[in-house]
Amino acid sequence: MQQATPLPATTLPKLPKAPTGIDGLDEITEGGLPLGRPTLVCGSAGCGKTLMAIEFLVRGIEHYGEPGVFMTFEETADELAANVASLGFDLKQLQTDKKLRVDHVHVDRSEIEEAGEYDLDGLFIRLGYAIDSIGAKRVVLDTIEALFSGFPNEAVLRSEIRRLFRWLKDKGVTTVITAERGEGTLTRQGLEEYVSDCVILLDNRVIDQITTRRLRIVKYRGSTHGTNEYPYLISEDGISVLPVTSLKLEHKVSNEIISSGVPGLDEMFMRKGWYRGSSILLTGTAGTAKTTLAASFAAETCRRGERCLYFAFEESPAQLMRNMLSVGIDLKPYVEQGLLYIEASRPTLNGLERHLVTLHKTIGEYRPQAVVIDPISNLVAVGSLSEVRSMLTRMIDFLKISGVTALFTALISGRHGQLELTEEGVSSLVDTWISVRDLEGVGERNRGLSILKARGMSHSNQVREFLVTEHGIQLLDVIIGPEGIITGAGRLTQRIQEEAQRVVKQHEADRRDRELERKRRVLEATIANLRTEFETVEEELRHISHEESTREAALRDGRSALATGLTSDYLTAQPNARP
Amino acid sequence: MAADYSPPAATEPLYELRLYVAGATPNSTRAVRNIKEICEHYLAGRYVLRIIDMYQQPQLAKEEQIIAAPTLVRQQPLPRRQLIGDLSNRATVLATLGLDG
Repeated sequence: MQQATPLPATTLPKLPKAPTGIDGLDEITEGGLPLGRPTLVCGSAGCGKTLMAIEFLVRGIEHYGEPGVFMTFEETADELAANVASLGFDLKQLQTDKKLRVDHVHVDRSEIEEAGEYDLDGLFIRLGYAIDSIGAKRVVLDTIEALFSGFPNEAVLRSEIRRLFRWLKDKGVTTVITAERGEGTLTRQGLEEYVSDCVILLDNRVIDQITTRRLRIVKYRGSTHGTNEYPYLISEDGISVLPVTSLKLEHKVSNEIISSGVPGLDEMFMRKGWYRGSSILLTGTAGTAKTTLAASFAAETCRRGERCLYFAFEESPAQLMRNMLSVGIDLKPYVEQGLLYIEASRPTLNGLERHLVTLHKTIGEYRPQAVVIDPISNLVAVGSLSEVRSMLTRMIDFLKISGVTALFTALISGRHGQLELTEEGVSSLVDTWISVRDLEGVGERNRGLSILKARGMSHSNQVREFLVTEHGIQLLDVIIGPEGIITGAGRLTQRIQEEAQRVVKQHEADRRDRELERKRRVLEATIANLRTEFETVEEELRHISHEESTREAALRDGRSALATGLTSDYLTAQPNARP
Repeated sequence: MAADYSPPAATEPLYELRLYVAGATPNSTRAVRNIKEICEHYLAGRYVLRIIDMYQQPQLAKEEQIIAAPTLVRQQPLPRRQLIGDLSNRATVLATLGLDG
């Protein structure tokens, strides 16, 4: 067998591949379809087999300079051109430029009678002529089994089709053959899948009224390939196979902290915010201000001068802006500046894949630093839980790889606590999980916020009550009552009670003070009394001691007078003279 | 390889036949031999037979929607009929060409 290009001598021999240029398909096939060999694309009606085949040719012409031949057994060249014109493929122009040949093979059994032995050389000659006339490298046969309806002799057809595949390989053209899916087999004739080197199965399923398309590589001779079912869709730009995610966890991480847009919430994280490029899940029951919190984050992102992409699955942009203005979050200037882009649609409008594609595409075009999806739980309406989960996994992976900070809100059912979706599916993927909930007491509802997890930083363990005021969200201080944290009216009651207690205590204290004062006064009076008493005693004592000293002095004087001799003086002057 | 004859009588229609062959394969040569025999035997003097090698004129194969080889096309009288194979099954050939009556 000939190869169109020789194998590279230096590296390990690797199967040469022809890139399809179809979004995502080259990643799954690890480079494209086998070069110079036939590939079967099979699927039931409406899967986009023909479209995939045409896109393979057109991309080959446009991106890789490989002319192509389209041999159609079902549609005429004009029909085909009209069908794909909406995708921006101008088949007529390509034909004029000698890049493309379209040959419509008309098979009509009623016109054909068999009279003896024959082969399909006519087809070979036509195909060969088309290939040689433009030097085609790519060939599409759509749908070869149409031959079976035109020719009665199946044995001849089978051997001829085998010969055709062989012949195409020998010509070194990369071929795509399309086939209808059969009962229990990949194709109706059960032939093409064996002679093709690569088989791509397209599937079109309707689950709960929503169409989901899936693609799977059934076989690929001589090459490894992605083995899963991958969602794909047909958009305005052709086929997109999704996702293009790496399953390896090796994205770069940032150590930068960004604000949540709510100061009180930032305070609850040790590092005053969350990491850039992380993913945050905000779950809550209905009416717990999830959207307001999300909008706060969006506004904060824009305030820093960064771009934010807001997917609103519940509200129109105008409604969202009006509602947020009522709580003091003015998004309009950011929208006008082009910092905020609101993409609003009903989740049920599209299948999951389309949402994913829209997301990929919008993020690709818009290059935001932050993405808000409000809410992801609405997507459950579109697909089954497992599908939504896998889609979200892909989405979160994609956002992480792109280094986009992502905030998702999710509605959870109040009665059953946490929804499975958040518990099993997403929570393991997100880095930070904030729960907002109703704290319902007697006759009132209050909103409480708590952080369930925050990877890579410590955080407050408290349930904080918050208010949605006209200046945005405000977290209230924690008030701890006898039975834990108190909110709402309880908070007020607690405050009144505390006030009353304070007044009582004040009175008590005042009374005590007065008592003390009184005691002090009594004490002081007593002290004064004692002091007076003491002074009296002291004075008396002093008086006595004075008298004594005077007498002693007189005695001394008398004695000295006696010592010196009796004088008249002495006799007269001596008051204490002995009688 | 075209053989032309003078116009036939008014009652007998003119047969315009084309035989598309792919080179000189055994099927092709057999078909040429068979159709010539049939023409000479049943349509002497009122047929035009063109034998076309598709390798020489691939464009014609496309225009005439030929898939199999060999293919015999009855252009006239209408309706247009296609016969594929080496034409060895004479009964079918005659029936398709309308010569069995």
